[in-house]
Amino acid sequence: MTTAIHIHSSVPTVSPIRRFVSRNFRVLVTYSILLVLLLLNIQLNAKFFTPPVITSSFNQSMTLIFAGMAQTSVVISSGIDLSVGPVISLSNSLASAVFADGAFGMIGTVLLVLLVGVLCGLINGLIIVYGRLQPIIVTLATASVYSGVALFLRPRPGGFVPRLYGDLLTSRLSAILQPLSGEQKLTGSIFDYIPASAILLVLVLLVVWQPFRRSKLGLWVYAVGSNQGAAYMSGVNVNRAKIAAYVMSGIFAAIAGLFLTAQTLSGDATKGGVFTLQSIAVVVLGGTSLFGGSGGVAGTIAGAFVLPIIRSILFFARIDPLQQPLWEGAVILLAVTAGASRILTIKNRLNLMR
Amino acid sequence: MSGSDNKIAAVEAWDISKHFGGTIALNKASFRCQPGSIHALIGENGAGKSTLIKIFSGVTIPDSGTLQISGQGVIIRSPADAARYGVVPVFQELSLMPHLTVAENIFVTNPPRNRLGLIDRSQLRAQTDRFFSDLGFTHIDPNAMISELPLAQRQLVEIAKALSRIPKVLILDEGTSALSVHDVELVFRVIRRLRDEGCSIIFISHRMSEVEEIADTLTIFRDGQDVGSFAIGSVARDEMVQLMIGRKLEQVFPPKPDPALPAGTPVLEVKNLKWEQTLDDISFSLQKGEILGLGGLDGQGQGELLFALFGLLRGLKGEIHINGEHKQINGPDAATRAGINLALIPEDRKTEGLILPTSVGDNLTLAVLDTLSHFGLVENGKEQSTIQYAVERMQIKTASPRIPVRALSGGNQQKVVIGKWLMTEASVYLLHDPTRGIDVGTKQEIYQLMRTLVDNGASILFFSTELSELVGMCSRVLVLYEGRIFRELKGKDITEENIVSAALGFQSDDEFLMPAAAMEA
Amino acid sequence: MAVSSNTSDNTGFGLWRWFNNLERQQRSVVIAYLMIIVLVVLGSLLVTPNFASPTFLIKQLQQASFLGIIAAGQMAVILTGNIDLSVSWTLNLAAVLATSIAGGQDSGFIPGILVGLGVGVGVGLINGIGVAYLRIPSMVLTLGMNALLKGMIVVYNGSAPKFEQAPPLLSWFATEILGDIIPVAVLFWIVISIVNYVVLNRSALGRKTYAVGNNEVAAYLSGIKTRRVLVGAFVLSGVMNALAGLMIAGNAGRSFNEMGEPFLLPAIAAVVVGGTSILGGSGKYLGTVAGVILIRLLDSALNIVQVPPAVRDITFGLVILAMLFLYGRAEKARE
Repeated sequence: MTTAIHIHSSVPTVSPIRRFVSRNFRVLVTYSILLVLLLLNIQLNAKFFTPPVITSSFNQSMTLIFAGMAQTSVVISSGIDLSVGPVISLSNSLASAVFADGAFGMIGTVLLVLLVGVLCGLINGLIIVYGRLQPIIVTLATASVYSGVALFLRPRPGGFVPRLYGDLLTSRLSAILQPLSGEQKLTGSIFDYIPASAILLVLVLLVVWQPFRRSKLGLWVYAVGSNQGAAYMSGVNVNRAKIAAYVMSGIFAAIAGLFLTAQTLSGDATKGGVFTLQSIAVVVLGGTSLFGGSGGVAGTIAGAFVLPIIRSILFFARIDPLQQPLWEGAVILLAVTAGASRILTIKNRLNLMR
Repeated sequence: MSGSDNKIAAVEAWDISKHFGGTIALNKASFRCQPGSIHALIGENGAGKSTLIKIFSGVTIPDSGTLQISGQGVIIRSPADAARYGVVPVFQELSLMPHLTVAENIFVTNPPRNRLGLIDRSQLRAQTDRFFSDLGFTHIDPNAMISELPLAQRQLVEIAKALSRIPKVLILDEGTSALSVHDVELVFRVIRRLRDEGCSIIFISHRMSEVEEIADTLTIFRDGQDVGSFAIGSVARDEMVQLMIGRKLEQVFPPKPDPALPAGTPVLEVKNLKWEQTLDDISFSLQKGEILGLGGLDGQGQGELLFALFGLLRGLKGEIHINGEHKQINGPDAATRAGINLALIPEDRKTEGLILPTSVGDNLTLAVLDTLSHFGLVENGKEQSTIQYAVERMQIKTASPRIPVRALSGGNQQKVVIGKWLMTEASVYLLHDPTRGIDVGTKQEIYQLMRTLVDNGASILFFSTELSELVGMCSRVLVLYEGRIFRELKGKDITEENIVSAALGFQSDDEFLMPAAAMEA
Repeated sequence: MAVSSNTSDNTGFGLWRWFNNLERQQRSVVIAYLMIIVLVVLGSLLVTPNFASPTFLIKQLQQASFLGIIAAGQMAVILTGNIDLSVSWTLNLAAVLATSIAGGQDSGFIPGILVGLGVGVGVGLINGIGVAYLRIPSMVLTLGMNALLKGMIVVYNGSAPKFEQAPPLLSWFATEILGDIIPVAVLFWIVISIVNYVVLNRSALGRKTYAVGNNEVAAYLSGIKTRRVLVGAFVLSGVMNALAGLMIAGNAGRSFNEMGEPFLLPAIAAVVVGGTSILGGSGKYLGTVAGVILIRLLDSALNIVQVPPAVRDITFGLVILAMLFLYGRAEKARE
């Protein structure tokens, strides 16, 4: 902002590492916390690196990871989705009902559930965009509707889910590959240490998240979350981007429901409810700003691992299991307060409020 | 370019009218821009030029009037519509997404994609590199996030972004205000090339020197209408100034009082104020009944100085004395407390000064709610009479104090902001460009009001970007340059030329070359 | 805020014109009360003739009063542009501590109540300070607070069995219907409502609350201590939640885990259905009262016809959406 003549050099060289750290600071903090917790866990539990423990750690985190990914997609667009939990319940109930019916087969059932997830997200997005209504209220209302539909499909917990489906998603890779390898025993091999759910996670990341993130539509979702007015001025189709964000949320919530189905081998129309608020907590733990525009699933995944690991540490540290929820609460509260450190760096008091 | 009048115009507008609430922004304005020309649009703040180009770019929809692009009648309802017709605007930082990289911002609507339909990052980077080297913007890193860039580079990215959309009509609205001379040259080179390729450029700038350097044609706007179009160089400067203001300068301002002020204890005395990189050792004093001007180019620390006095800046060094007493001011509630009694009329009245959806009355009483209350309850009679008093005293033109302040014209809104402080019996008013975007008539009322305030014993610290205001109103003017008080002007020395030369950082009058900011006069 | 209609015209269209001349906020309130009437009429025609009977409606009000008290606090927070998601476990902790301290004896009533309300003040203070001074987004902070409070209850209850029977006096307050006409709980709600109404409509604090919710920067620059206003709203919400927790325990005769879970979302829904903007800064207290009654009546009607819970949830969601569309609340303008 001066009229002095500057001599320009060419592009200032910013070290890529420094840039990476400064852009992903909050995510790195989450991973550091996760690392410390892991080390603590290993210290306390000699059996930590055994196949059963690894598999169960993954299985315990997986539904929450997908729920968190669902919430992340909309938070990036600076929206919020309070129907994540009910959509999980709905897909869990639907899956158990359709499996019991047996008409669609395993793949057909999965596809049907995913389709319903898309539909739920689409409804949210359409109402928010074309009704010009606030996401928090719209998804609060649709949450009630989706819960109702879930209850309609499964008034009481139960239903039939094929064992094979559960094993495919929740066992170890060795167990799944065993029939293929014939005589050779896979127990004790490297495949014993790889949970099937980890493969599922990688698949979802590669087939669902990455294509979305790297598509034009994905870029638009970030653009809208970063500055909606600017995005509109730039010719971004704001409506389409917002709807896409909610559809992605629906897909991820459906995946979470499908995993929950595999884990519990039954349907329960109330099981998903807790994941709404937990998904928000995990997004915040993962360093994604609720104001939108930045963040991603990398932090969310780490955030979702933190809670089960704390549980495990408390267990092995012989802390009264009754204290578990207290510690979980304390950690969540601490994590969200950590974000407040920014107020110390703000020099203009007005900027605190904007 | 004058010989090309018979050509089909690139953009043509007839009888465009637009009003916002009670303000008429455009009143049957017409405009015509030839292909392959650079057409400057000038006028005072609030003359309607911004509204006109917002209409061209689909941000605002006119109440009435006709638009033509290349001879075709068009209706532009959205920025996307405008882009389809090849009309691409550059507003100040309006279309950048801070969390996206430079490259992503530029190609957000059409990023290069690979066979899978996914964005090809290396291609995106290469495309941006090529584009930037073509433009000469090689000092900008395509992979930097917008939020990581300094203001000037953001503005260049904004311009680059517009150019990437291959405009037929490029609109630059103060698009060069944050740029250094070198960057401005880069931009001008690109613009000239565009023109030679047949593109039209509509150029708005408050730097007259830039206008004269780059433009072929010039249209002047006043009070929502076009009042004249000329080829550059065909009309003398003072004639243009006359067209812009439409009256003699002397008529605008109330007479200044006798310059000899009582030399008692200053109401406000500032000693060695320092803050971050923005305020550098600022010391001055303000006497009772004085209007002290703050001048200089926009962004030299004037806004921060007002913020500092109002207690908004953390880590402020230096001392503030009120009526001779050293005071700690750590927030607006402290600044407005009895014994300090400051009042801030902030830069952006819509977001900082007013609560737009609530009524005129509620806005007027905002700062004195506690004194109007008894046991915490607002006393209706007292409140009504206070509002009544303020509305009359400020001559606020409103059907009723109960209508939302949003519905008032800009000038009347500003009167509400000032009126809010009447009741606190503020002793020092801190004014941040209070007449921006206000019609000429109301401006005059505000000048008169400022004079009345000081006649009744208040003092005013007056930051204005309009030189004529400083000349017409102030007993002294402090010109800031890069956070320092560069020069203090008094009495007869307060002239636009002196303010401009100090604003540009020239040490003495000999170096005074071209009054770049003199346009506002 | 208080813009009244300026029409006193007596033509056949007078009522309609009056309605059209109302501010949008007031229109929402009128719509909400009309919906109550529609619901009562429909209820007595389709559900049971008793639906419009005074006894039934009084019982409904008594049940609604718990939600009404919570919604009063929630509304204050929403008006400032924030949200309080710590409703459930704040009220739960207040109830658990109060019943265990009282030990089922009226002699322990006062200390129990004081501790219970103290919980509300404490939670509200922490939420308020976190939001106002540390600038933590309220949605996140109150969510974390909720998790922490849940943990505290589990720890408190877990170490040794706690007394959970409510003292008779507390049950009296929650369930007694004076002269078969006016329930004590409703009296509480009325008193709280009058105070809230007066504060929001007549007091300096009320004006400041709306100002902060509309534009905190402008309010702050006008010398208003905006952070105190924020803390105040959260403390009010905390205390209201705690009070509701005590009443709910009195009504049920005991405190129990997860007793607060069914109240959070209906409370937010009641505030919004009553016409308050979730973005803050606008809304009428009378609307919130209407929203509470509306939600309660809807719930009862669906209960009486014994529709499956599935249909109840779906109807509930659709009614909220329908109300939102009726109000036509536009999102913040793009640009």
